Amino acid sequence: MNVEELYERLKKIQEAKGYYFNKDKKLTFELLEGLIANKNRYGFMACPCRLSSGDVEHDRDIICPCIYRVPDVEEYGSCYCGLYVSKQWNEDKMPHVYVPERRPPEKF
Amino acid sequence: MPDNDVKMYTLSTCSHCKATKKFFDECNVAYEFVDVDLLEGDERKAILEDVKKLNPRCSFPTIKIGNKVIIGYKEKEIREALGLS
Repeated sequence: MNVEELYERLKKIQEAKGYYFNKDKKLTFELLEGLIANKNRYGFMACPCRLSSGDVEHDRDIICPCIYRVPDVEEYGSCYCGLYVSKQWNEDKMPHVYVPERRPPEKF
Repeated sequence: MPDNDVKMYTLSTCSHCKATKKFFDECNVAYEFVDVDLLEGDERKAILEDVKKLNPRCSFPTIKIGNKVIIGYKEKEIREALGLS
């Protein structure tokens, strides 16, 4: 799958759930390329901003969209990577902060 | 600018890592980096031990400027560590 196809496919599914791609398309496409790279390397779409162990069971929490996206978008308006954001975040109606890593240290 | 030794541990796919590299490039700051995700086996293990010493969470980028460790692309902290205004 190429990056445009991935973009269109995920956009439709995720927007229906209230998650939007970052309006910075360059960033969004770079991250989607990262997801494709991880799919090719590990066999699953591990978060591009975290180091995957390659073990799908161990890394289930960071398969994009990661389980931390829900609390991160709720609290900061953006996921850790900045791939998925809220509508408000994209409309600059809330501050854009650096989202801290929420994955527990024992997962590393 | 003070002579700072800049070394960082990054991922080739990570947005924050890319932004940090771009920042250093734009500021003409020389830096060394290792894309940890591109390493395999023992080489990756050995580098991860180094990262853990600086940042037990092993998140990326982990940046070392002189003796200071900065976790993440924190532009303000990086500027301060480099002595950039």
